[in-house]
Amino acid sequence: MDAVLSIRDLAVEFKTDTGLTRALVDVGFDVPRGEVTAIVGESGSGKSVTANCIMRLIQPPGRIVAGTIEFAPERALSSEGQAPRAPRLRAPPFDIVSLPNRDPRLQELHGGLISMVFQEPMTALSPVYTVGNQVAEAILCHRDVSRRQAWRESAEMLERVGLDDIERRMRMYPFEFSGGMRQRVVIAMALVCHPEVLICDEPTTALDVTIQAEILTLIKDLQRDLGNSVIFITHDLGVVAQIADQVVVMYQGRVLEIGTVRQVLKDPVHPYTRGLLAAIPGLAPKGQPLATIGSVVGDADIETPHPLRRLADGRQVSMPQDSRG
Amino acid sequence: MRSYLVSRVLGMVPTLAVISVIIFTVIQLPEGDIVSSTLDRLQAQGVDVTEEYVQNLRAQYNLDKPLVLQYFYWAGNFLTGDMGYSYLFSRPVNELVWERLGYTLSITVSALFFTWIVALPIGIYSAVRQYSIGDYVMTSIALVGLATPPFLLALIFMHIGFEWFGVSTGGLFSPEFEDAAWSWARFADLLAHLWLPMIIVGMGSAAFTMRILRANLLDELNKPYVVTARAKGVPPAKLVLKYPVRIAINPFISNIGLMLPGLVSGEALVSLVMGLPTIGPLLLQSLLNQDMFLAGSLLMWLAILTVVGILLSDLLLAWVDPRIRFE
Repeated sequence: MDAVLSIRDLAVEFKTDTGLTRALVDVGFDVPRGEVTAIVGESGSGKSVTANCIMRLIQPPGRIVAGTIEFAPERALSSEGQAPRAPRLRAPPFDIVSLPNRDPRLQELHGGLISMVFQEPMTALSPVYTVGNQVAEAILCHRDVSRRQAWRESAEMLERVGLDDIERRMRMYPFEFSGGMRQRVVIAMALVCHPEVLICDEPTTALDVTIQAEILTLIKDLQRDLGNSVIFITHDLGVVAQIADQVVVMYQGRVLEIGTVRQVLKDPVHPYTRGLLAAIPGLAPKGQPLATIGSVVGDADIETPHPLRRLADGRQVSMPQDSRG
Repeated sequence: MRSYLVSRVLGMVPTLAVISVIIFTVIQLPEGDIVSSTLDRLQAQGVDVTEEYVQNLRAQYNLDKPLVLQYFYWAGNFLTGDMGYSYLFSRPVNELVWERLGYTLSITVSALFFTWIVALPIGIYSAVRQYSIGDYVMTSIALVGLATPPFLLALIFMHIGFEWFGVSTGGLFSPEFEDAAWSWARFADLLAHLWLPMIIVGMGSAAFTMRILRANLLDELNKPYVVTARAKGVPPAKLVLKYPVRIAINPFISNIGLMLPGLVSGEALVSLVMGLPTIGPLLLQSLLNQDMFLAGSLLMWLAILTVVGILLSDLLLAWVDPRIRFE
């Protein structure tokens, strides 16, 4: 498999007054190039921390204590002396975790090669700058173009994410936009430099259901058009079914199961994944209690960590040797 | 925007009218007036005062008219630029006020700039490098600055200046320029004397501003829009200045007008200690001596400065923050 990102043995700790919290323990998976990888799990399972590691956005008291994130961009980095966006077969892969804080490659990474869309469109944009200013800034941070050119390209991208009356809208402020429109702006801002990886951290959680569907379709369509890879973080398995190619199931800072969307959703192996799927409310007879993960998992042990094991059909699962395979 | 400006300026008129009534009432409250204190003085000197002289005096100051009418005489004259006659200095108030008002304005406005120039970078540094050694040092200095009254600071500076450097730091001019006509040399001499009162008056508000800015900025630093901007690849220094700082300074812009009265009253005490020819000491003298025209005019000017200051800071805020609507 051609992986754009290879995460290996990633461990993150948060030092707090109440003690050490291990947010990630030996997390490892590949992000296939040009596909959508969904990371699912409940709150606190480490989905967002993983995304923030890729973006190097982990702030104290959090710290990456171990592991590597190897990034293999298709474009060469301009800070390595190449002409920006010069077609080259493959730039040499490098480890994001070990980049020094002041490394120019980090700057280029942010928004240039890897972008992120956040959960809260209402607060993700600064209220005191126009939408056009904030989108165009993404271009001006990464490429040596005129303001006029940046503005024009921003307008193109905003049109692509489905805004109309672009010139007027670009001169408006985010607080004059609805939540769905703001999320479109954030997506345009993330994609305007044509990054190779787009990380979406629950981008539809704060939106109402009809807007959710629109945004999902938009992300999927843009991904097909632009050919970028997507990491999609969600706790909503319905969303996973709609958008993902590959699924990574996380629980308590560990990866429990990795497989194609068909494998994981149709035929889950790990008891936790089975519990997760069984807990989706369906059309059940009146009065019947909703299934909980606990009631499905039963006495199967999901707390003890096991190393990931590759099964015959290519998927990986964190279970003891004798349970299946 | 234009109609907003017009309505705000028009709104100042009733505000100032009400303030003028209050000021007039307050300066009328103590027993006695100019005439009675004049009589006291003359009688103490053994001068025989005739009833006719007293009547003339009362008529001259309109004191024989009803109080309401007296107010309109006073207010009307003030509007036409005649602030009345200072009994205490035996000169028209106009002659006394203008120059001192100028000095007061230059001290307070420069103190305001001093506040910002000092507080802004230090506040930003303290927030961005929270709990660093630099933050602790700055915080400690700021706490001392907050806790030291300006007049005490003035005494300390004057003492240091006199004991260690042998210079007298009082006043706004060197003796040779004290009564000289305005010239570049006199202006330069003024600037050379202005910086010390500026620091002393501005120290407290600088410390205060720095502390509040630090707290505001700490609230903003990890807001989602800052993280988004960082994820977009905005370089660190620009990131801090363009995004969180821009939001964190808004409350200060709206407070510039409110800081003015505080700076003026702080300036009054400092001026007394340092012997500065500003309106602070003049106001105090006029109030002690019931010099009602002088006191009333000075209070009125302070009120006008404050109201105009608030208007300016509101306009400034509307200009920097697009969320402010003009309707």
